[in-house]
Amino acid sequence: MSRRSALLHLALAAAGIAAPFVFPAHTVQFAVFWVFVLFALTWDIMGGHMGYNSLGNILFFGLGMYICALVQIGLVYDIAEYTAANGAVHIDFTDAQYFHGLALGVAAAALGPVLVAAALSWIVFGLRGPYFAIGTLGVAIAAAELTNAWDYVGGGQGIAMPVFPGGPGMRERFFYAACMAAAVACYLFLRWLYGTRFRLAINAIRDDEDKAEALGLHTGRYKMVAWSISAFFLGIAGALFGNMTGFIEPLETAYPTLTFGIFMVAMTLLGGKGMLWGPVVGAAVFYTLRELTWTYLLGWQYIALGVLIIVNVVYFQQGILGWLRARRPQWFA
Amino acid sequence: MWDSLQILAAAPIFNVQLWLNGLSVGAVFALVAYGLALVWGVTGVKNLAQGDLVMLGGYLGLEAARHGVHPIVAIVPVAALMFLLGWALYVLMIRRVIQLDLFTSLLATFGLAITLQQALNLAFGPDVRTLKSGFGRLELFDGTIDITWIRVIAFGLCIVVAGAMVLFLRKSRLGQAIRATAQDPRAARVLGVDTDLVYALTFAINAAVCGAAGVIVGMIWVLQPFYGIAYSVRAFVIVTAAGLGNLPAVILAALGLGVAEQYSGFVLGAQFQQATVVGLLLVILVWRQALLRRQRLALQ
Amino acid sequence: MRPAHFRMAALAAALSLAAPAASLAAENTIVLGSAISITGKYSQEGKNARDGYDFAVKKINDMGGVKVGGKSYKLEIKYYDDESTPARTAQLLERLINQDGVKFVLGPYGSGPTKAAAPVTEKYKIPMVEAEGASRSLFTQGYRYLFAALSTSEQYLAPVVDLAAELAKKDGKKPGSLKIGMAFENDPFSLDVRDGVVAAAKKYGMKIAVDDKMPRDLSDISATLTKIKALKPDVILFSGHTKGATTAARQMKEMGVSAPIVALTHCESAKLTEQFGAEAEGILCPTQWAETLKYQDRLFGTAMDYNKAMQAAHPEYKQVPYQVAQASAAIEIWADAFTRAKKLDPQVLRDVLAKTDLDTFYGHIKFDKSGKNIGKPMVLRQIQNAKYVVVAPTKYAAEPVVYPRKPPQD
Repeated sequence: MSRRSALLHLALAAAGIAAPFVFPAHTVQFAVFWVFVLFALTWDIMGGHMGYNSLGNILFFGLGMYICALVQIGLVYDIAEYTAANGAVHIDFTDAQYFHGLALGVAAAALGPVLVAAALSWIVFGLRGPYFAIGTLGVAIAAAELTNAWDYVGGGQGIAMPVFPGGPGMRERFFYAACMAAAVACYLFLRWLYGTRFRLAINAIRDDEDKAEALGLHTGRYKMVAWSISAFFLGIAGALFGNMTGFIEPLETAYPTLTFGIFMVAMTLLGGKGMLWGPVVGAAVFYTLRELTWTYLLGWQYIALGVLIIVNVVYFQQGILGWLRARRPQWFA
Repeated sequence: MWDSLQILAAAPIFNVQLWLNGLSVGAVFALVAYGLALVWGVTGVKNLAQGDLVMLGGYLGLEAARHGVHPIVAIVPVAALMFLLGWALYVLMIRRVIQLDLFTSLLATFGLAITLQQALNLAFGPDVRTLKSGFGRLELFDGTIDITWIRVIAFGLCIVVAGAMVLFLRKSRLGQAIRATAQDPRAARVLGVDTDLVYALTFAINAAVCGAAGVIVGMIWVLQPFYGIAYSVRAFVIVTAAGLGNLPAVILAALGLGVAEQYSGFVLGAQFQQATVVGLLLVILVWRQALLRRQRLALQ
Repeated sequence: MRPAHFRMAALAAALSLAAPAASLAAENTIVLGSAISITGKYSQEGKNARDGYDFAVKKINDMGGVKVGGKSYKLEIKYYDDESTPARTAQLLERLINQDGVKFVLGPYGSGPTKAAAPVTEKYKIPMVEAEGASRSLFTQGYRYLFAALSTSEQYLAPVVDLAAELAKKDGKKPGSLKIGMAFENDPFSLDVRDGVVAAAKKYGMKIAVDDKMPRDLSDISATLTKIKALKPDVILFSGHTKGATTAARQMKEMGVSAPIVALTHCESAKLTEQFGAEAEGILCPTQWAETLKYQDRLFGTAMDYNKAMQAAHPEYKQVPYQVAQASAAIEIWADAFTRAKKLDPQVLRDVLAKTDLDTFYGHIKFDKSGKNIGKPMVLRQIQNAKYVVVAPTKYAAEPVVYPRKPPQD
């Protein structure tokens, strides 16, 4: 790491840590921003570097959210009894129970999706191109619909999450820190990973899978590992987001296939895919614009966002960083 | 679930009802999916705004109905208007995302979809609306089974439109140009085909078909600015299940999907209707992939 | 490969996000905040609620605003769009409270979003008066800052079951011999309505022959209706917000499905009488409020006066949905509380709200300990000659119920 780059990393980290103290009123907004960074970073592993455009990564987000919720509640209460009452049971946790449950829940939310990704990989990775995209979308929609129809986990009633102990302000800072830690960990991990042979292998899959296989690359294994990494971090993101939202239900919060699921792709393409910083920049720009249009262009916000996306893909097909790289190659030396 | 199966066993006549409803539902999906498959095959653009074009068509039909035009008659001007609109959309944005990788067009049309949704919301308000066909229903077997005339008409229209499309693609010069462009755009250009015109025409035809479907949707189901997405998802499911470039299979897949939805709704309950559909899609995809692998192994 | 640009971008982002923090309240206005569905699946219902809120705010401001401790204040509402998803509601509530400094909250549309909003207001100890979240699960969590103007959702269709039992007895049939065919949308509100029905059916020993859950983006319920057609239940019940009501009314007619008793929720917002005319005859519709009831207050006059004024302002409401009226009532509850509190302190207002005992055009408002309104009943209306007529409970009935429902003719 060059000195300049190290300084920049430090400065950004400092800004990230300072943000909730400088703008305490915006803590939740910043926390959701880190979730969006996670969305884009994890999508790019396969979409950008491996050439496998998944539309169903939101599956892991929802799985993580539900696994975490079930662990948290299941540790203290009988889940079936809780959901049978349609959320009419008031759940009360001691501080120790809460943090114990949350820690276990997040751990389970990270591992569960990895197992699912590994299990699904032999089904979906035979599909290529658009078939892969629609196939993964199908998996995500099926998961959403089944969760919705499954009464044991509350179905369409959803689950009211345990309430964070501690006064106002504490909870936001806690989840801000957790979301930022997850996003930074994901970034650092990918930074390391993209420096290894792994990146060359998945790039080879993107460029020509058949040739890569002919050269003796175990493409199947790489694909599975790449998807599992996405699943791991998305599961954590889902667990944290669910706890932050306070009330979860399948279609809109846990598996929002056509909002968050598409935003992942939009953000990555906006920033520039296949570059470590592309998704981060994309998430920052996209999220800022979204929040601004939702505040200042109320009633027109979707039109503004839609036009932005259209202009982006029509005129900046390489994304912001890709465009910069073409303009200012010396910055990317 | 067993109760429902018992009904089917005790009164097999209800199978007929399910088939009738399913086929008429499938016919509307077929129109939407057909347009998608055409555009996808010719231009490579995966139009995620398909369902929103359907809703737009429905709202145009509502406007026509407000001026006293019967919805069935309104299909013609709506389709014409949508044709022009499709052309304009092509010139403004679609032209620039043609033949690019999968996600560029998917994302561009996603942008189009959300823009259209809110534009409809602003123009027509968020009310859930319906179009009145005024037709009665056809009773069969002493009234145990019935189907509305509008569904019969929708089914007929779907066949007519699909037939006209097939004829157009097979027989006319333009149709041949479209097919040539779909097969190999560069070769087509060399042979003097104006591919840009072909692309524009394809997208405009798709918009017109969606518009017609929208008017029918308004007469059978409901219209609302944000309900288009269900049609987009179904169209993608159908086209993917049918395989690209296979237009007759698209129609069969759409009709099959309609019937499958009816059966799963009847037997398992409405809450499993959509899960069944995407489950079926996955099964088809995996099955096809297994076939492909066997072929590849055989080649080796 | 990390140019200084990123830092700039991050800074710019932080600054621009900070901008809305500037206080928007002028000296003598009280700002109420609401995150409500402007786009998405419930955008129509969201509009109904906003129309009700805005109408009452305008009326109060036109009459000089609210007097709080000797000073007059105008009311103003700060809206955000929750896109009909609870995930967004929670975030936007945080934003309203933290960034916009809103101290008094109005509810979103729907039980799901309200369930997401309540923990936030609770945490910040900001009182919320909501008018569009009816699920009982909202009132079992011990929330102290949640106040609901409306009756809870299990009371929507359970009275229809009671009515069916009563009518069956009159016919000399046993209530236990009746069969129910029903379908409910898979969302917190409708499922709670379903629970009420299931409990009532159990009480009479009725059999639930068809019990489907409608997915949210399904616009075709013909498979469910085919089942109902095959089993010929005596009572048909549907609940699925505006879209569910529209779809059910249309497809029942098209498939020739009917029963002696047919009931739907959200008839008024689905504009059944306008859209379907004779086809909607005889359908029973539970409602939180009816313009023919004898309620009144100083602000709007009688329920009928409110109805007329609303229709003058919004000619598109040929039949004013109760969702509009209860939203207006929520504003009245706030105005009343402000006046009685004599100062604009959220804690004082919470205590004052809890003691609300108010007659409005929408009915009497009195909260129990959990914050739900126990001051007014739900009533059941039937569409008779293209008009909504109150038929139950007997105390409020204007006409007897038409029973059995005659299936609409082609």
